[in-house]
Amino acid sequence: MQAVVVNNIDKTYGKVKALTDISFAVEKGELFGIIGPDGAGKTSLFRILTTLLLPSKGSAIVEGFDVVKDYKQIRKIVGYMPGRFSLYQDLSVEENLEFFATIFGTTIEENYELVKDIYTQIEPFKTRPAGKLSGGMKQKLALCCAMIHKPVILFLDEPTTGVDAVSRKEFWEMLIRLKKSGITILVSTPYMDEASLCDRVALIQNGKMLAIDKPDNIAKTFDKKLFAVKSGNNYTLLNLLKDFAKTDSVYPFGEYLHFSPSGNDFQRTELLEFLSSKGCEDVEINTQEPTIEDCFMNLMNNNS
Amino acid sequence: MINSSEKIIEVKNLVKKFGSFVANDHLTFDVFKGEIFGFLGANGAGKTTAMKILCGLSKPTSGDVKVAGFDVYKQTEEIKKNIGYMSQRFSLYEDLTTVENIRFYAGIYGLTNKEIKERSEMLINKLGLDNVKNTLLKSLPLGWKQKLAFSVALIHNPKIIFLDEPTSGVDPITRRQFWEMIYEAANSGVTVFITTHYMDEAEYCNRVSIMVDGRIEALDKPGLLKKQFEAETMNEVFLKLARNIQEV
Repeated sequence: MQAVVVNNIDKTYGKVKALTDISFAVEKGELFGIIGPDGAGKTSLFRILTTLLLPSKGSAIVEGFDVVKDYKQIRKIVGYMPGRFSLYQDLSVEENLEFFATIFGTTIEENYELVKDIYTQIEPFKTRPAGKLSGGMKQKLALCCAMIHKPVILFLDEPTTGVDAVSRKEFWEMLIRLKKSGITILVSTPYMDEASLCDRVALIQNGKMLAIDKPDNIAKTFDKKLFAVKSGNNYTLLNLLKDFAKTDSVYPFGEYLHFSPSGNDFQRTELLEFLSSKGCEDVEINTQEPTIEDCFMNLMNNNS
Repeated sequence: MINSSEKIIEVKNLVKKFGSFVANDHLTFDVFKGEIFGFLGANGAGKTTAMKILCGLSKPTSGDVKVAGFDVYKQTEEIKKNIGYMSQRFSLYEDLTTVENIRFYAGIYGLTNKEIKERSEMLINKLGLDNVKNTLLKSLPLGWKQKLAFSVALIHNPKIIFLDEPTSGVDPITRRQFWEMIYEAANSGVTVFITTHYMDEAEYCNRVSIMVDGRIEALDKPGLLKKQFEAETMNEVFLKLARNIQEV
């Protein structure tokens, strides 16, 4: 049995279509990423799967239970960490955890082993009100609270948004350790670089799935040549590349620009000659393996 | 274009304390006219505290700070007239239309009716928002809102624009279009002071400072920082600097 099966889900809010014909399945024990920008529909999808929202069309099964008919059973077995920090700001770290344990009819002691790894990191501050924690610590506490009733499946809605690069890295290290315990994890994120840490990912934009696959396979769908280009002044270079007749796409990527030529007969020399004729000499061109972000932008363009 | 002979922000030994907690611990740095200056740091490192002081919204405990030539202790009103500010959390009014938002901000900054009319039209044209100029902002996509918010923050031709995580959550194409607008503004002489959690964006800055626990631990061009810390990317530089610091 698969952990999650989603069949042709639509969600509309008045005239706004938040999700269009979404279908996918998640295997048990999988770390499944839903990658997309704000407004893509990630939260609507998570709320449907956690039985907090009804789909307008289609059906979904979580651990064998229907999200509409069997919502009471689902609520007992899922852990949900919403995008907005939703713990009680005036309760201490320890009180929050105890509260969540109690409403699920359990105790911290009973399931302590599950959260121990993460909880020990915030335990020195257990008497501090949750509202006074730093961003990274809030995320850790929220994760503990989502797990204290020993769920079989975790839904984490943008756990790393607005969190600095260090805390992001630590959070993913925690998820990868958690996964080893066999729990199924669905996690959404707007950060494309987090895709490579998932077993499989779904890329989502404007309520539609762009692709669902292993990160490596998604990279293989990039159907054009890709180069990393840089010069002393990348802004000038960017504008020149936009004027170059054989440019299919060009985007800034860190210290380089990622450039894709149209057609198969592209030669580096013709680009260098063009740039040289415009007074741009100090140019470096390397072949570039496509990243998930390259693929995402390519798919966005193909779908618009 | 950077003019490295003209300092637009001058910070010397800036200290800001809240009770016994030192949020900014002797910050010293300058920002040049037309520079894109990346202001990085972990959550809680003290970036927001320093930004508030630079925007004239909060006073330092000690130290000398000048923004656009004005003193942050005494001349905060002049500072506010000379800067623009945009953040992801608060930028425009959702229940006003596109054109009402533009008029509102232009009015606040004291532009004349004639100027307001001209700049509204120019902005709507430039951003291609003609079809949605009378639409309530809340129904526009996030990417459009962020681009509009950026342009509105520049409506009074400020010398400096402060951008606080302006690209959080926007799609990768819009994120890059947004950076092109930043480059364009900097090229026209506006100084850009920006915070971000996307480390690839740190590479787009002329210079970057990295704050750890209230102090600036590194400040240089991205290329030189990578050399200094023997790192391939700015992400690595950031992790090396901030990694071993215990969260408190």
